Amino acid sequence: MNQQKNLTPNVPLPMPSAPLFQVLRRAYGYLRPYWKKTAGAYIALFAVLGFNTLIPQFIRWIIDNGIAGKQMSVLTWSVLALLAMTIIKGALNYFVGLLSETASQNVAFDLRNDIQRKLTQLSFSFHDQSETGELLSRAVQDVERVRFLTGRATLRIAEGVLLLLITSIVLLVMDFKLGLLTLLTMPALVYQAMRFGSRFRPLSLQVQKQLAALTTAVEQNLRGSRVVKAFAQEKAEIERFGITNNIWLQLSNQAARMQAFNVPMLFLIANLGMAIIIFYGGSQYMEGIISMGTIVAFVSYVGNLIEPVRRLGMIIPAIAIAGAASERIFDVLDFSSQVRDEPGAKAIKKVNGRVRFEHVSFHYGRNQILKDVSFDVQPGQVVALLGLTGSGKSSIVNLIPRFYDPSAGRILVDEMDIRAMTLKSLRRQIGIVLQETTLFAATIRENIAFGNEKATDEEVIAAASAAQAHEFIMQTPQGYQTRIGERGVTLSGGQKQRIAIARAILMNPRILILDDATASVDTATEQLIHQALTRLIQGRTTFVIAHRLSTVRHADLILVLEGGTIAARGTHEELLRSSSTYRAIYNQQLKKQEETG
Amino acid sequence: MSFSIGPTSSGSGPRTLLEDFGSVGEQNGEVYNPRVVRRMLAYLAPYRWRMVAALLLTLVEAGLTLLTPYLIKVAIDQYIIPANRQGLARIALTLTISFILLFAASSFQRYIVSWVGQNVLTTLRADLFTKLQYLQQAYHDRHIVGVTVSRVINDVAEINELLSQGIITLLGDLVVLIGIIIVMLSMSPRLALLTFTVLPIMLAATWLFSRQARKAFRKTRSSVAAVVGDLAMDINGIRAIQAFTREKASQERFEQVNLKNRDAYINAMNLSFIFLPGIEFLGMLATVIVLWFGGHYVMGSAVTLGVMVAFLSYVNRFFQPIQELSRIYTTFQSAMAGGEQVVELLDTPLEIIEKPGAPELLPQNGEIRVTGVSFRYNPDSAEVLHDIHMVIPAGKTAALVGPTGAGKTTIANLIARFYDTTAGSITIDGVDIRDVTIHSLRRQVCVISQDPFLFSRSIAENIRFGNPAATDEAVMQAARQANAHDFIDRLPDGYNTRVLEGGVNLSQGQRQLLSIARALLTNPAVLILDEATANIDSVTEALLQDAIARMLKGRTAMVIAHRLSTVRNADLVFVIAEGKIVEQGTHNSLLKMNGLYRQLYERQFMDEPGT
Repeated sequence: MNQQKNLTPNVPLPMPSAPLFQVLRRAYGYLRPYWKKTAGAYIALFAVLGFNTLIPQFIRWIIDNGIAGKQMSVLTWSVLALLAMTIIKGALNYFVGLLSETASQNVAFDLRNDIQRKLTQLSFSFHDQSETGELLSRAVQDVERVRFLTGRATLRIAEGVLLLLITSIVLLVMDFKLGLLTLLTMPALVYQAMRFGSRFRPLSLQVQKQLAALTTAVEQNLRGSRVVKAFAQEKAEIERFGITNNIWLQLSNQAARMQAFNVPMLFLIANLGMAIIIFYGGSQYMEGIISMGTIVAFVSYVGNLIEPVRRLGMIIPAIAIAGAASERIFDVLDFSSQVRDEPGAKAIKKVNGRVRFEHVSFHYGRNQILKDVSFDVQPGQVVALLGLTGSGKSSIVNLIPRFYDPSAGRILVDEMDIRAMTLKSLRRQIGIVLQETTLFAATIRENIAFGNEKATDEEVIAAASAAQAHEFIMQTPQGYQTRIGERGVTLSGGQKQRIAIARAILMNPRILILDDATASVDTATEQLIHQALTRLIQGRTTFVIAHRLSTVRHADLILVLEGGTIAARGTHEELLRSSSTYRAIYNQQLKKQEETG
Repeated sequence: MSFSIGPTSSGSGPRTLLEDFGSVGEQNGEVYNPRVVRRMLAYLAPYRWRMVAALLLTLVEAGLTLLTPYLIKVAIDQYIIPANRQGLARIALTLTISFILLFAASSFQRYIVSWVGQNVLTTLRADLFTKLQYLQQAYHDRHIVGVTVSRVINDVAEINELLSQGIITLLGDLVVLIGIIIVMLSMSPRLALLTFTVLPIMLAATWLFSRQARKAFRKTRSSVAAVVGDLAMDINGIRAIQAFTREKASQERFEQVNLKNRDAYINAMNLSFIFLPGIEFLGMLATVIVLWFGGHYVMGSAVTLGVMVAFLSYVNRFFQPIQELSRIYTTFQSAMAGGEQVVELLDTPLEIIEKPGAPELLPQNGEIRVTGVSFRYNPDSAEVLHDIHMVIPAGKTAALVGPTGAGKTTIANLIARFYDTTAGSITIDGVDIRDVTIHSLRRQVCVISQDPFLFSRSIAENIRFGNPAATDEAVMQAARQANAHDFIDRLPDGYNTRVLEGGVNLSQGQRQLLSIARALLTNPAVLILDEATANIDSVTEALLQDAIARMLKGRTAMVIAHRLSTVRNADLVFVIAEGKIVEQGTHNSLLKMNGLYRQLYERQFMDEPGT
C-alpha cells in the first residue's frame, strides 16, 4: 500500500502529537481579524435564544389572557406582536448565519492563501518530495473542515452550552437536591464525550490521509493517462485505485461505527436522568417533600437538556475531524524551508555577473552530490559544464539561484554571498532556459512575459523575434493571444523551448543558465534554436550544461565534473593538452559528433 | 501583416482565463434534474433493504421519542399521585428500557445510513475512475487535471450528503408529516384547513428560492474546481514560478480565484439564510392563524380550549419537519449541482469504441498498412492528415521525417488508436485495428514518447507497468536490455527507489532508458517511437541508441526521426509535409530523387552537429 505516504518520506513529520487544544487555538486564531463579525453573530445568537424562550411564554400568555380571558382586542394585538417578534427573530437569525458564514469563509480564504503562499515559497527539495494530490487535499478538504468548525459548529456549541447552563441553574434553584441528582449525569456525559473525542481524532486523521491518497491516485493517473492507454493498463489501474478506495471505505466505516455507537450513547446518558427524576422525584412526592408542579417542571426542563446533548454529539466528531485537518494544514504551513531570506538580506540591483564557488558541498537526502567545489567566473564568461548524468552538473546550476542551499561552503555573486541577498532580487538576475519548459495554461503573450509582466507588446514581439518564435506564433489561431498549455493549443518541444528563450530575453538577466541540447525537433528548428541561444548568451555570464562540441570549444572555462568534484578545468585547448579525462570524453563523445554529423 | 497583441490589464499574468475553469457543463441545469436523480438513486438500489431497515428504525426512533411524554404522563397520573411505589419502579424501569431501545435503534440507524453512504461514495468514485480510464485521449487533452480531480473527490462527497442522510430524513419527515395532517384533520377540519393555507405561500417561496439557489450552488461547484485547478497548476509549475520570481503574481492570481470561491459560497449560503427564517416565519403565521381563529372559535364555543392547545402543539410539530425539509433542500441544491457534474462525466460518450464481440489481435508479424487515412481533431477544425498511404512490412523500421507540425505524431497516435481516423483504414497483419479489442491492440503496439511519463512508484513498478505479472528476474532482464540496470543498481534503494513526482530524481536520459525497459517487458510486435534527443549526456545517449537498436530488432517499427543515423539505418523513409506523404523510399534513393528530402537533408543533416 505504497500510495499511503507521508508528505515528505525523507523528513518524517510529527504526526498527531500536538495537543488538540493547541491546534484548535491556532485554528480559531484565524477568526481574529473577523472578530467583529463573529462577535456580531454571537450577540445576535443570544438575542435569538432570548426570543426562543420568550415566544412560548408569550403564546401561553395569549391563551391565558386573550382566549381564556375572552378579550378580543388583546388577542388581536398580541397576535400581531407575535408576528412582529418572529420577524425580528428571523432578521436576527439571518445575521447569525450571514456573519458567521462570512467570518468562517474568510478563515478558509485566508488559510488557502496561506497554504498557496507557503507552497510557492517552499524550496525545490520540498516539492521534489511532495505529491500534488496530497497537497490539494490539504488545501481543499482539510480547510473545509476547519472552516466548518470555526463557523456554524462553534456557534452551535455556544448555543448548547448556554442552554445547558441556564437549565442547570434553573434546576438547582427549583430544588437543589433533585437538581443535583439530575445533574449527576453530567460528569458521565463529559467523560463519555471526552473519551469519544480522543478516540475519534486519530481515526479521522487516518480517514483524511486516505482521502489525500485517493486524491493523489486520481491526480497521478490523469497525468499519466497516455501511458496507461499506451500499455493498455486500464484494468490494473482500476484495481490499484480500488485498493486505495477500499481502504478509505474501511476506515470510514470504522469511523461511522464509532460515531453510531457513541453519539446515541450520549443521549442514553442524558435520558437516564429523566428516569432518575421520575423515580426519585416520585418517591419524594409520595413522602410529601416536593410538589407535583416541581416534578412536571423538572421533566420539561430535563427535556431542554437533550438539545445541548444532541449538539454535543454532532460537534464532537466535527472538532475531532477539524483537529486532524488543522494538523495537516499546519504541517504544511510550519514546514520550514531552508531556502529563505536571511534576516537583513539585501535587495541587490543590477549585478556585473561575477560568480564564485568557495568550497561548496551539497547533500541531497543521503547522497553527497557535490564535494568541495570551487571556481571563479568573470562577468560575461561562458562556462561549460561537462560530465555524466549524476556528476553534479545540474546541482551546480540549481545552487546559483538558490533552488537549494549548499550544505557547506558559499557562493558569491559580485563578491557577495548569495545568502545575503533577497531571493527575489537574486533570481531576478538569473535567466534559466532548460529543456523541460513549464508553460502555463495562458496565452502565449502571458507565457513570454512571465518574468516581466510590465513588458509592452513591442518588447514581447521583439523578444519573440529574437528567439525565432515570432513566425510560428503568428501561425497559431490567435497569434500572441492563443491559449496554450492545459486545455489550450499544444506546442511542439522546439516551440516550447523558443518560448522559454523569449522569456529569458525579455527578462534580460546578467547571469544565464541553460542547456544546449535541443528538444526532439527537426534539424531546421534546431538551427533556429541554436541561433537564438547564441544571441541570448552574448554579454552575459553563462553556465551551459554542454552537449555540443561547438559550445565546449567556445567556452571560456570548461568544468569537467566527475562524482561531484571538478576533475579538470580550463579551455578546450588547455584541457586537450593537460587532462586525460577530458581527452577521453572528447574522443568518446564530442569527437563522434563531428564524424556522424 | 496586421496583428495585435491587445492590451493586457495590469496584474494579469498567466491564468487570466481561470474564470472558465469550471464552466464545463454549466449550461442547462435545472432545479430538479430527473436524469441526475434517477442515476444517483440507481446507486442506492443495491442497498434498498438496508435503506428500508434504516427508515423503519427512524420510525421506531420517532415512536420511542413520542412515547416518553406518554410514559411520564402515565407515571404521574397512575402511580405517583396514587402513591403506587411498585408501579413507579415498574414505570421507571419501562422508561429505562425504552431509552435503551432508543439508543439501539438510533445507533443502528446511524450506522446503516453512513455505511450505505460510504459504500455508494466508493462505488461512484470507482465508476468515475473506471470511466476516466476508458475515455479517449482527446478528453484528457481538453480537461484540466485538477478540475477532474475535484469531480471525483469533492462533487461526489456532495452527493453523498443527500443520498444517505438526506433521503432517510426526507422519508422520515414525510411520514411524520402525513401522520400529523391526519390527526389535525380529524381533530378540527376547519382549523386544519386554515393552517394549511400557508402551504401555497411556502411552496411559492421555495420555488423562488430554488431558482436563485440553483445558480448560486452551481457556482460554488465550479468555483471550488477552479481553486483546485489553479493550485494544481501552481504546484506543477513551481519550478518556473520560483525561477522567474513570480511568487507574488501567482499568489495574487490564486487570491482572485480563492476570493471568487469565498464569495460564491457566501452568496449561496446567504440565500439559505433568508430562506430558512422565511419558512420559520410562515410557520409562525400558521400558529397565529390558529391562535386568532381558534381563539374566536373558543370564545364562540365552537371548539374547546383543550383542542386548541393540542392544535398549537401539532402546528409546531407540523412545521418542524417542514423546516427540516427546507434545510435538506439546501443540501439537495448543492448535491444536484455536484450530481450534474458527476453524471456529465459518467455519460461522456466514448469516442473510441470497440465493436461488440471484437476478437483479440493475436501477436503476429506486425505488418502495418495505412490506407487512405485522413484526420481532423474536431469536425469543425482543419484536416491534419490527407489521404495517407503507407505500408511497413513486418519486422522493418520506417522513419518519418518532416518539419515540425507536419503530422508525424498524429500518424503515430492513429496507429495506437488514441484517436480514430476521419477517413480510411489502418490494418495490422491485414486486420483493421477497429475490428479488434483496444486492449489487445495496445498490447501489440507500444508507443514510446519523447518525454515518457513515470508514475511516482518504485522503479520496479514503473518497469512492470505494462506487464504487472512479470517476475523480478524478467524486470531486471528488461532493464539490462535497456541499458538501465547499471544506473538503477547504483541507486541507494536499487529497484525499490521511488520515482518522485515528475521523475525529478532521474535525468531525462534515465527516464528514457526506463521507458524502454518498460516497453521491452511487454514484448510488443509493433513499436512506435518518438525519438528524443533531449538533454541527454553523450554516454547515456550512446546507451540509449544501443538499447533502441536492440529493441527495434525483429519488430515492426515506426520512428519519428530526428537523427541522421536513424534515417540512414531505416529500411524505409516517409517524408511528410503539411499532412501529406510527399516522398518515400530509402535514404539513398530519396537523396537521388533531388526532392524535398534532399533539401531537408542538405539544410538539416549536413551540418548537424548532433550525434
